[in-house]
Amino acid sequence: MVAKPGLDGHDRGARVLARCFRDAGFEVIYTGCHQTPEQIAAAAIQEDVDLVGLSCLSGAHRYLFPRVVELLKEQGADDITVIGGGIIPDQDFQMLYDAGIKAIFTPGATLDTIVSWVRTNIRPRGV
Amino acid sequence: MTDKEFNEMEQLRKIRAGDVRTASRLIRNLEDDLPEAKTAIKRIFPHTGRAHVVGITGAPGAGKSTLVDALIASFRKKEKTIGVLCVDPTSPFTGGAILGDRIRMQRHAEDPGVFVRSLATRGALGGLSKAVGDAVHVMDVMGKDLILVETVGTGQQEVEIINHSHTVIVVLIPGMGDEIQAIKAGIMEIADIFVINKADRDGADQLASELASMLNMVPEFPGGWRPPVLRIGNCFDPVPFGESLEKLAAAIAGHHRSLVETDLLGDRMKRKTMVEIHEALRDAILEPILKEMTKSGEMEEIAGRLLRKETDPYTIAEEVAHRRLK
Repeated sequence: MVAKPGLDGHDRGARVLARCFRDAGFEVIYTGCHQTPEQIAAAAIQEDVDLVGLSCLSGAHRYLFPRVVELLKEQGADDITVIGGGIIPDQDFQMLYDAGIKAIFTPGATLDTIVSWVRTNIRPRGV
Repeated sequence: MTDKEFNEMEQLRKIRAGDVRTASRLIRNLEDDLPEAKTAIKRIFPHTGRAHVVGITGAPGAGKSTLVDALIASFRKKEKTIGVLCVDPTSPFTGGAILGDRIRMQRHAEDPGVFVRSLATRGALGGLSKAVGDAVHVMDVMGKDLILVETVGTGQQEVEIINHSHTVIVVLIPGMGDEIQAIKAGIMEIADIFVINKADRDGADQLASELASMLNMVPEFPGGWRPPVLRIGNCFDPVPFGESLEKLAAAIAGHHRSLVETDLLGDRMKRKTMVEIHEALRDAILEPILKEMTKSGEMEEIAGRLLRKETDPYTIAEEVAHRRLK
């Protein structure tokens, strides 16, 4: 699931990623912009996704990303991996990793890198 | 009781209590066609048959998801609980899919009375996913009063939705063709309710009169229900949009009442069970044969013989049936 939390309407990147995962053979749920962490966690559980990719270009990632992880955990869904991307300063990486974000991709990361990270780290179920 | 039986009982109990996590996992297992998902359906099946299932179909971009979102809001005010299944197409090339119907409905994400689930077609024809019938059962057993099933954007022929719903809404928009389109077979025949969406646009009057003359030619409507034609305008014009939406919600409830009063609800339910038993038989009988023939290389060998015109498909089918089904 590709989601855009917070007050940020710049979703070109999120849509490019959704399309790229589609072309790589994934089923991608796109939630659209302006989502609260609560809406994102609820959608992830209702859809029973393997992975949530959060995109944030507004600078609010320090609150928004960890909050999604926290909400999933509260609802017994901490098996859902959360990764993030967007405009994230280097000095915030460690704080996000510590909060349970499993990977961070910033401008310059190629689509191939992101897809192969997912293929390596998210195992298909029932296999 | 074994652990396995205990877990299965626990799963049923949780789903009956409305637990979203358990239900969404089961729906996913159904999509993936896992054997344990079938076992679960065996357990929940006796408890199904309570919800009113409403299908919503129409061309891509006709406004189906936006209507579903507005219907959720309307029925929630009447304190109905709602399940939504929205189907989007799977790529025939990569197997991937973008499931985007949910975008229109995200304002309901935190409402515990609403459960929205996206499904990809995964190669199924007819505008739905193969798992949709069982996913409806799951939401039904969760206690949802109303289940809205949104098909992929449809053309003329994708009418599978009638097998899975009690009430079918066909969403049309102005400017999609002349009066001949209105008398064609297929999707125009399956509506219990017609919606002319984006009715503020040019051509809405013409479409309404074409639909009226098409309906005037029908000698008799089953149960006396003549499909109403409702106009719904721009959703960014909230007052008239809200009023026309309430008319649609009333028509949905009215159609359900009519089905119950005329005893036609049973017919619609039977239609679904017939499809289910056909599919289950195909899974149980045909699929294992096909799988084995493919695995053993027999399928390749048959294809070669057919290409060399040494035999024909009907003879092959008779031979296989004779050999395997006696």
